[in-house]
Amino acid sequence: MEPSVVRPLSGWGQFPVETCRIFRPEKRASLAAILASGGEPSYIARGLGRSYGDAALNRGGGVISFERLNRLIAFDPATDVLECEAGVSFAEILDCFLPRGYFLPVTPGTKFVTLGGAIAHDVHGKNHHRAGTISNFVLDFRLQTPQGDVITCSPRQNPDVFWATVGGAGLTGLLLSARIRLQRVETAYVLVDFLKVSHFEDAIDAMAESDHLYEFSVAWIDCLAKGKALGRSVLMRANPAKASDLPPDSGDPLRLRRRSEHSIPFDFPAALLNRFTVSAFNTLFYGLHRTASGRLTDIDTFFYPLDSIRDWNRMYGRRGFVQYQLVFPLETSRTGLAQVLERVSESGRGSFLGVLKRFGNANAGLLSFPFPGYTLALDLPVSDGLVPFLAGLDELVLRHGGRLYLAKDAATTPGSFAAMYPGLNEFRAIRARLDPKNKLSSSQARRLGIVPS
Amino acid sequence: MTRGTASPGVHVSPRRTVLILGATSAIAQTVSREFARQGYDLLLAGRNPEELHGLAADLALRYGVKVEGRTFDALALETHGAFVEACRKTSEGSLAGAVLCFGYLGDQSIAQEDLSEAKRILDTNLLGAVSILSLLANHFEEKRNGFICALSSVAGDRGRQSNYVYGAAKAGLTVFLQGLRNRLFSSGVRVVTIKPGFVDTQMTYGRPGLFLVASPETAARHIVNATLKGKDQAYVPRFWWPLMLLIRLIPEKLFKRMRL
Repeated sequence: MEPSVVRPLSGWGQFPVETCRIFRPEKRASLAAILASGGEPSYIARGLGRSYGDAALNRGGGVISFERLNRLIAFDPATDVLECEAGVSFAEILDCFLPRGYFLPVTPGTKFVTLGGAIAHDVHGKNHHRAGTISNFVLDFRLQTPQGDVITCSPRQNPDVFWATVGGAGLTGLLLSARIRLQRVETAYVLVDFLKVSHFEDAIDAMAESDHLYEFSVAWIDCLAKGKALGRSVLMRANPAKASDLPPDSGDPLRLRRRSEHSIPFDFPAALLNRFTVSAFNTLFYGLHRTASGRLTDIDTFFYPLDSIRDWNRMYGRRGFVQYQLVFPLETSRTGLAQVLERVSESGRGSFLGVLKRFGNANAGLLSFPFPGYTLALDLPVSDGLVPFLAGLDELVLRHGGRLYLAKDAATTPGSFAAMYPGLNEFRAIRARLDPKNKLSSSQARRLGIVPS
Repeated sequence: MTRGTASPGVHVSPRRTVLILGATSAIAQTVSREFARQGYDLLLAGRNPEELHGLAADLALRYGVKVEGRTFDALALETHGAFVEACRKTSEGSLAGAVLCFGYLGDQSIAQEDLSEAKRILDTNLLGAVSILSLLANHFEEKRNGFICALSSVAGDRGRQSNYVYGAAKAGLTVFLQGLRNRLFSSGVRVVTIKPGFVDTQMTYGRPGLFLVASPETAARHIVNATLKGKDQAYVPRFWWPLMLLIRLIPEKLFKRMRL
């Protein structure tokens, strides 16, 4: 019998909180045994719990933590290909390979995610407009199916399972290991250009005009500013720094200086965050930034600004928060974003800076999130009336042909989700073949009707 | 990576190898990591070659040290001599020390009814350890250098109804190590007894009533530090020392009435 613990669990947003039975196997072989034991109605894999909502929760069921399935398996310096277990984190990969001149080909805004979680949500990063999602760099992976087989999947081998698993939120099988191609870098730094714009439409203009000049591009956007300053933003766009870009006496160009770490030791009282404090913070942030170019910035600071504050999610208080991330197609982005930003700034539902980014091409992932257009992510603290408010936003998203991201979602409905993801029926068909008894399921999958309850 | 690629002519300190016995246990894995992080090469010994191979690959990739897996069974006493001989050869005299991590907790209630369970507990934790450590002790004594670190248990500090067969085996091991330490002191070989309390591994995960549980990383750091510093004995984590002192001080008259 695999040992387990029953306790309340949540995603990074601390909303919702649900009681689950957590398994924490230390050997790959245990995974099949857990699935076969049938001790729980269903199971879902969980990495480091950085998805925000209920994607890695399973109310009244099993959650399989991959924390201890984190072995590196092989690295081939001739092809830059790393093979490792699904529980290996991006932080571990960086610790090990950045000093040797390799960076992640795609990374989300935190390095505390596992490779398995990254594939299950087909994560994107600040280079999506050029590089696409992580699955572009996945050569293949091994999947433990609920029926007890282990299959290897790639765009050539079992392509249907590959494209259902990429972005499939862990519902097709348990990822055992994967091979990914790392990105070579000369230094652990990027050269950042800052551009301050007083309205989100200017941000869109700038991204449309000149994102192609940058490997990485993102904008911090003030979701509380109104009127003429609606969605005022600071664009941060960067290219990798070469060794010759560093000052001559800076030592090993691949060495990161250890950052001081802070942590938030308890949930902040809810009253600390209100429209005045947050608005003041956003104004300060906007005011402190200047348009500038070629600022040498280390990888940790540029890609993972919040990782230096451990447990920053506790800032939003005990009730937690929802991160709402949408994408609008290119044609409807301006009107869609204007309406969402107006709705949010009117409501005064305090959100620290949101993130705005231009996406590049979509891939064949049936539930993969990105498609060409503009994506906006914002944090909304849980407070009375939040769910109806989000339903209103969902309506705006649907009306403009947009969609939401499963890694963030905590509140949308089966109808909205089906309308957002035309690949859903095909996904269900593949899933039904792989998992006829619905051994894999999550609170989110049941809430959205992806898996029958 | 750095040491292996040093250019010729540059002085490179000789590589040092640590032998980990019972290398697949969760604590052994983190102990191996800690030694590898400090630049030691490793010989990983255990029963499952596939597991060992996986661990070796991971450590070699992460820390750029040389790691090799070696099949070893604590219960197969007749193989121990050849095993130590092979380790000597592989490490070409660079064997810095050995850490004994294998153990068998067993099931007290079965051991009370079935002698074969009690025997397995004693054979693994005591006889197996005595056999392999004696061979290693002779090797290090001859070299007049090295360390032997062994994971005993707080269970050996006082017999309790819930695990006294295991406790007896570990108490035996503790005393064996004391004697070995005494014998090897004059040849400069350090013998370190580690007494781990609860560590957050598969063995303790989800068990009710545990307290003061240490992460395997913390435990490993303590174990490796105690070993390299040549401590005689260390409770891991440290606060188990006063706790066990108290438990040992309870008069037997009282202790026998307690449900522990």
